[in-house]
Amino acid sequence: MQLSLLLQALPAPAASTLGTANPVSIGMFFLFVAVTLYITYWAAKKTKTGSEFYAAGRNISGFQNGLALAGDYMSAASFLGIAGMVATKGYDGLIYSIGFLVGWPLIMFLIAEPLRNLGKYTFADVVAYRLRQRPIRIVSSVGSLLTIAFYLIAQMVGAGGLIKTLFGLEYEIAVLVVGCVMTLYVLFGGMIATTWVQIIKAVLLLSGATVLVLLSLSKFGFSPGNLLESVSTNYGQEMLAPGGYITNPFDALSLGLALMLGTAGLPHILMRFYTVPDAKAARKSVFVATGFIGYFYLLTFLIGFSAMALVGKPAIEGIDKGGNMAALLLAEQTGGTAFLGFIAAVAFATILAVVAGLTLSGASSISHDLYVHVFKNGVSNEQGEMKVAKRATIALGILSIVLGLVFKGQNVAFMVGLAFSIAASANFPALLMSIIWKRFTTKGAVWSIATGAVLSLVLIVLSPTIMVDIMGYDEAIFPLKNPALVSMSGAFLMGIVVSLLKPEPTAAAKFESEKLRTYLGVGAE
Amino acid sequence: MGKFPVSSTLFHPIIKKMSDLSTPPHEILESSAFKKLVKQRWSVSLVLTFAMLLVYFGFLLVVAFNKELLAKKIGAYATLAIPVGLGIILFAWVLTGIYVFWANSKYDSSVEELKKKIS
Repeated sequence: MQLSLLLQALPAPAASTLGTANPVSIGMFFLFVAVTLYITYWAAKKTKTGSEFYAAGRNISGFQNGLALAGDYMSAASFLGIAGMVATKGYDGLIYSIGFLVGWPLIMFLIAEPLRNLGKYTFADVVAYRLRQRPIRIVSSVGSLLTIAFYLIAQMVGAGGLIKTLFGLEYEIAVLVVGCVMTLYVLFGGMIATTWVQIIKAVLLLSGATVLVLLSLSKFGFSPGNLLESVSTNYGQEMLAPGGYITNPFDALSLGLALMLGTAGLPHILMRFYTVPDAKAARKSVFVATGFIGYFYLLTFLIGFSAMALVGKPAIEGIDKGGNMAALLLAEQTGGTAFLGFIAAVAFATILAVVAGLTLSGASSISHDLYVHVFKNGVSNEQGEMKVAKRATIALGILSIVLGLVFKGQNVAFMVGLAFSIAASANFPALLMSIIWKRFTTKGAVWSIATGAVLSLVLIVLSPTIMVDIMGYDEAIFPLKNPALVSMSGAFLMGIVVSLLKPEPTAAAKFESEKLRTYLGVGAE
Repeated sequence: MGKFPVSSTLFHPIIKKMSDLSTPPHEILESSAFKKLVKQRWSVSLVLTFAMLLVYFGFLLVVAFNKELLAKKIGAYATLAIPVGLGIILFAWVLTGIYVFWANSKYDSSVEELKKKIS
């Protein structure tokens, strides 16, 4: 049979052109930047008010926002990282990606509609709605900014390294380019430009990955069964079943909680719900986003196995131990240099879009939560607020470049897990309790957020993730790799105990009256 | 008046007098229709949430304690783990679909009815 001949010949990777300047990828990348900067120019003319800058004038449709949410969430780390994990470790990569998906239904069932109805620009709007503004705004912006900072560092360092491998461009130049272009998007085009960048990127990424899967499957007669046969005969049947990913059930539970509920506490994701006109569109956007993200994880699963079968594990691990280049090597092998260039440009665009979304949500937290509600006591004119938002954007743009340079060559992979842990522990419990629990108080919220953030930070330092993997100790003080199990439970417990100890009658009374807005959308902005 | 001291301007008595036809907000809040709506919304949400939690953490527990079950072959090479894993992704999406279907067909019409009474 022809097929078995083909399978025997595998793996036979061709020499890769990765790391050299590829005219197609450079051309594609410039085209992407040109188109998105033109969109930014167009969006800038429509971005005059606060609602336009932070929430795209609430004119984005449910479907568009669904795509944009998917764009915000499908980072280069998940595209290249999960495909790489499947390509080197097999089935375990799928367990990891399932964790990233299952948070989305919870966003819909618990948070999306009340968030849309009660808030204006940030999730702190909802937490502070019936509580005392100042203390809530201060702690929730700390929660937001910590989440954003760790996520941003991981993205910037990943971007520098990735672009160096892809284009042969110097790390420093890559970080500088990413930082500057995304600052332009946010500064001039606000949420309108950021949304359209996300949508374009999501469409490019989904269609690029689909073509990659089709090209790969064509080598197996379009039969997934033949693909699995090749994986099994070359690398063993154990690649097709759970392996060493979960050794300690508490570790699995803790990471599972962080991924699942952290998704529901990511400020840049939550912010997107304000871009749609009403709760109905908010719910539709989660449905659309969940569908696209689920499809994307199916693709990365197939890409991972195809890379393992066609490129070969040794070749993938030879270029990058974590397997991060698996998808790109597969693209080159199945579609040639031109297709590699296309996929590389898509990966670059992906990074740009994600850091733009993060920067915008960070700027909103600084201007809307801190400047308006803490320094100006909630009284501010729109012009003043916009000026601060734009200055915050520039400051965050510079900060992200500096952080990218400072953390060059450091092991920052744990920072994504840490960002999810802080989101799940500091942001999510307070947000959920403020929506569903009448007796939640200002003090309860402050203690809950502070406990979640501090426990996440302290426990990650004491965990095997940092103590063993980075500092090189034999054993860690805290046994779990991700602290969410303890830090999130602690945040909920603290919020409940402190609220019960000292009731806040005005907050409880307002809970009743806010119900018209929560459930009917009466008075929603 | 409700059980709690009310501070919002929405509840100011003047609003009540402005229109004799419309129902004052606090009466909507106290109405059985509104209470039923809120209760229903959370019943649906919580059932769906628990379904998701059960499936996901159930899967993680099986992976942790009974890997052999998932390694079982269901075809020439395919293992049970593959349809189960991809099935969870599909399940998550279907759950969001169920919620949207319920909310669009039941919840929204009740919301519209209640809103009509206010304005």
